[in-house]
Amino acid sequence: MGDRLPSLCHGRKTDAARPETGRTSEKPHALTTKPLLDATGVAKNYGAVAALRNASLSVLPGEVHALMGANGAGKSTLVKILTGAIRADAGRILIRGEARDVRSPAAARRAGLLPVYQEPALIPDLDVLSNLRLTGTPVEPFRAWVRELGIPDLDIREMARDIPLAVLRVLDLARALAVEPDVLLLDEMTAALPANLAEKVLEVVRRQGDSGRAVIFISHRFVEISALCDRATVLRDGQTVGVVDIEPGVEEKIVELMLGARIEKTKVATRAAGQAAAAPARPRLGVRNLRVGTKLNDVSFDLADGEVAGVIALEGQGQDELFAALAGSIRPSGGTIEVGGQPARFGHPLDAIRAGIAYVPGDRAEALAMQRSVRENIALPFSAALRHWGPIAMGRERATVLDAIKRLQIDTRAQGEVQRLSGGNQQKVTIARWIAADARTILCFDPTRGIDVGTKQEIYKLLRELAGQGKSVLFYTSELEEVQRVCDRVIVIFGGRVVDVFPVELADEPALMRAAYGLPRDAKEDVGILADPTQPSSPSPAGGTAP
Amino acid sequence: MSSAATVPQAPSFGRRLKRFMADRPIVPLVILLVALVVILQILRPGIVNERWIANTVKFAIPLAILAGCQTMTMLTGGIDLSVGTVATMSAFIMATQIVNQDPTVAFLLAMTPAVLIGLVNGIGVGVFRVHPLIMTLGTSLIGTGFLQVYQRTVIASGAKIPDFLNWLGTGVSFGFPNALLLFIPVAVFIVFTLNRTGFGRLLYAVGDNERATRLSGVRYWQVILALYILSSLLAGITGLLYIGLIKAPSLSLAEPLVLPSVAAAVIGGTSIFGGRGGYAGTIVGALILTVLTTLLTILQMPEGARRMLFGAIVLLVTAAYLRITEDR
Repeated sequence: MGDRLPSLCHGRKTDAARPETGRTSEKPHALTTKPLLDATGVAKNYGAVAALRNASLSVLPGEVHALMGANGAGKSTLVKILTGAIRADAGRILIRGEARDVRSPAAARRAGLLPVYQEPALIPDLDVLSNLRLTGTPVEPFRAWVRELGIPDLDIREMARDIPLAVLRVLDLARALAVEPDVLLLDEMTAALPANLAEKVLEVVRRQGDSGRAVIFISHRFVEISALCDRATVLRDGQTVGVVDIEPGVEEKIVELMLGARIEKTKVATRAAGQAAAAPARPRLGVRNLRVGTKLNDVSFDLADGEVAGVIALEGQGQDELFAALAGSIRPSGGTIEVGGQPARFGHPLDAIRAGIAYVPGDRAEALAMQRSVRENIALPFSAALRHWGPIAMGRERATVLDAIKRLQIDTRAQGEVQRLSGGNQQKVTIARWIAADARTILCFDPTRGIDVGTKQEIYKLLRELAGQGKSVLFYTSELEEVQRVCDRVIVIFGGRVVDVFPVELADEPALMRAAYGLPRDAKEDVGILADPTQPSSPSPAGGTAP
Repeated sequence: MSSAATVPQAPSFGRRLKRFMADRPIVPLVILLVALVVILQILRPGIVNERWIANTVKFAIPLAILAGCQTMTMLTGGIDLSVGTVATMSAFIMATQIVNQDPTVAFLLAMTPAVLIGLVNGIGVGVFRVHPLIMTLGTSLIGTGFLQVYQRTVIASGAKIPDFLNWLGTGVSFGFPNALLLFIPVAVFIVFTLNRTGFGRLLYAVGDNERATRLSGVRYWQVILALYILSSLLAGITGLLYIGLIKAPSLSLAEPLVLPSVAAAVIGGTSIFGGRGGYAGTIVGALILTVLTTLLTILQMPEGARRMLFGAIVLLVTAAYLRITEDR
């Protein structure tokens, strides 16, 4: 694909091995008016699901361009298409005005487009130098960039796995900068960085823009975006819904664009009709100052009997760790969990299960034995404890399982193997398991992700029914509208802390979205309540990604 | 997933046949077994008689029990290569200790290495997460080494085969090999364990998705420890049976059975990646391999050629079987 590359002077033969420095100076200046990267009408379907319908992104030379969108808006899909990780079904990508078929990461790289992802990309079992050679990165420019980025004493003979995460991310960036890409794509670049490194990184990114190249910058930190970016493209439901200039006060506009016209409050009634406001009850689960590693920093809340509490957070704000700790899969590094008023310690999921806490993970493949039958999957927790390893009371098990199947209306035509079921039915099996086990507290992590609308409705109804029976449900969702359908209360987590708790009446989508981005509840009155004091112009602290 | 939803017209006969085979994987195996017996009868008319059948069954039983060990460990995604050594050790210790010891004491001494090796395998695989292949190969080497040391200490005492084991291993009553008295309860036990007990469920589930079992409260190491001890115990018992059949204690008595035991489980439809399979298929697999050995023996080929053919046939059968049953 590198054959027709007249506008790029480094050409395909040199691409990775010896990118020539000083390419910038040869760049024809007439191009500054034309976009460096121009993607239009990009669409991508996964089966029946449209991840992208009609996305466009136009990046000018010399600009730092923010790409924004709520969970599931299609950001990561667009990024993957631009960087050649997946192929688009439709759409056109022009680089320097020329149509390019970016069909592999290598092709994207040849075209001058280089990503730095959130996950460190160095191979852990090689030293830094070998990693550079593997990707054909020139060593000297790399070293220069590393120094520039605030790490003066890097030993390039060190194994990548011995290097701390924050430094690895900086090395990824330096590696990308060393080959001088025309368009640098940074995904949550500052997320894992301490303040001093983050500052250096932002400085370097800013200079990239000044040098006539371009940077596509993905971040949830309004602070950074307003300090750094020239324009922002906002995606919603797989479409580009707006391109805005970054100026003071643009946050509100961006939030509005991300939400679109879906701001009517029709949903409150749906829930209220099914369930009158739950009577205040004693707490079933108490979480006190819970901390897990660096992700979850201090979370406290109560979950009452008969209550569905929603959890809202952007991707990677510590919600995964919260649920895993409550389920006994990982050990918290601080704080306490109380069950029925008694402190509890979970060393293994079995301890949590014994305390009546069941965990329905977001990824069904994590919860199901795919080659086994519906029945075996539902009955799995029954056999877990040593004393239940003996003969199974088949009749009783059958009755319990059938009961749960009926209750969830699982389509059992293909019950011999769970992998033959549809996604929605698989999800029902993971929930049915805990209904059969009669768990008192159910932790549902995004249970409706990727399933059909009908099944979603059934799951909403089921969760309300469970609450009606006095069970308590903690419900993380990446779809804001679900809050109104299911929850009594919403806990918003940002940067590993609870930043707000809404009664459901107040939890409309704009309010939740603002809170999820760490913006204060009423922007006009409370500006700066959570904001970085060094950035008074923009009311927002740090955050993570929501693709 | 596909067939239930997207087949408006009646599927072709070939497809229906495949589907039938896929749902009852034992059927093609039995067909293959019968075919092999028929070929044998054609090549040597009259060979297939009551005596031959009893003999075949007698030789298939030790293989089938060891293959049972493989079936259970393979269901969890593991393998137990120490079964040969464990069987040899229990046989050798039994034959040498019976000379001076009370039978019960000799039996207990014979089963001791089985328990120990199973325990070490279980701890290594379940707690320290050593790959089962390496773990069981390692304990197998240690066991073999121990046996060589042990042999020197008992060289004076000599060896003998207890009468009971002799009777069990070679005897035939009313046309049935006595070994069936041991095998039938063992087979029933394994089948029942796999299908009707919590432990059996966990073996399948752990092999299918370990993470899912953990989230359901299963402690992996408990399952694995129990499994490898059980596997070793069965291997130890097989050793006692085998010495009654072969009647010549040696340091590599049951070693030749190890790879066929894996092959029997694989031919029988147990997935080496875990989560799929069962013991009924394995039993037929063991019979197929035993008949195949007879077939190749009467062809009067040189030993080398026979082995090559044996290996090639095992590969072919396994590949064909997977093609038939993995129709999803």
